[in-house]
Amino acid sequence: MPVNTDKQGASYSLPRPYEVSREAIAEFAHATGAGASCHFDAEAAAALGYADVIAPTTFAVIIAQKSESAYITDPESGIDFSKVVHGSEQFSFTRPIVAGDRLRATTHVDGVRAAGTNAMITTRTEITDDAEAPVVTVTSTIVVRGDAA
Amino acid sequence: MNDLTTLSVGDTILTEEIPLSRASLIDYAAASGDHNPIHWSERFATEVGLDGVIAHGMLSMALVVAPIADWLGDPGAIVDYRTRFSAPVLVPDAESGSPATPTASLTLEAKIGAVDAEAGTLRIDATVRAGESEVLSRTQIRAAR
Repeated sequence: MPVNTDKQGASYSLPRPYEVSREAIAEFAHATGAGASCHFDAEAAAALGYADVIAPTTFAVIIAQKSESAYITDPESGIDFSKVVHGSEQFSFTRPIVAGDRLRATTHVDGVRAAGTNAMITTRTEITDDAEAPVVTVTSTIVVRGDAA
Repeated sequence: MNDLTTLSVGDTILTEEIPLSRASLIDYAAASGDHNPIHWSERFATEVGLDGVIAHGMLSMALVVAPIADWLGDPGAIVDYRTRFSAPVLVPDAESGSPATPTASLTLEAKIGAVDAEAGTLRIDATVRAGESEVLSRTQIRAAR
């Protein structure tokens, strides 16, 4: 089944908030070479003005990919995950993610278009806090390779 | 954040070589929840047409911004970070011994793309290569005080 262009404009939300832990931040920081003490030590983060340890810049991808996966695995999306190639990624922050945040996410399918035998898909995931205030917007493009590729 | 009045467009602020091993990919899979087998199974990666196991694009993106965040002094000063994934980064298994032995590396060069000392804003443009190939392109980090 080809990629379903009728899904443009659809939205998918995380079923329950993602709870940001100090442990998840430390593990992600360790795996990505983010050695700054504000990722590991609440006092170091407080010295920079944060309520608790802050997440490394791309930590939001964990939450964004959980939310995007509801779309990608939707049988009606027509996406064969084994043919997906990541095209681009952008994070636009209102504020950094802080341990203790309970984050909600909604992925909007902003664009689905054919490009030769491939399909190019743009998703925008709006991540908000428990008060529904914006935290970070994650925009991702993926290419789904066609059968001829 | 740094004293922006001392910075000029075109200044190189960082050059780094960032090593990668199979262990880096497994650590990132665990930390990020991205368990796509193209990042750990040679057989699967070649079956889907790749030349071998490749790094997560998001791992390269994360590794590149870490030293830039250190340079800024406050990772929370970053207000926007974007890149395009222009070529895969092959990460072979080490020939012997520990899978944490680096078998590939990224080279990062970061320059000032724009600076407005009055507004307290800065754009850093990064060039990221693995060997001869540019693996991330149009990579920009915006920071604000």
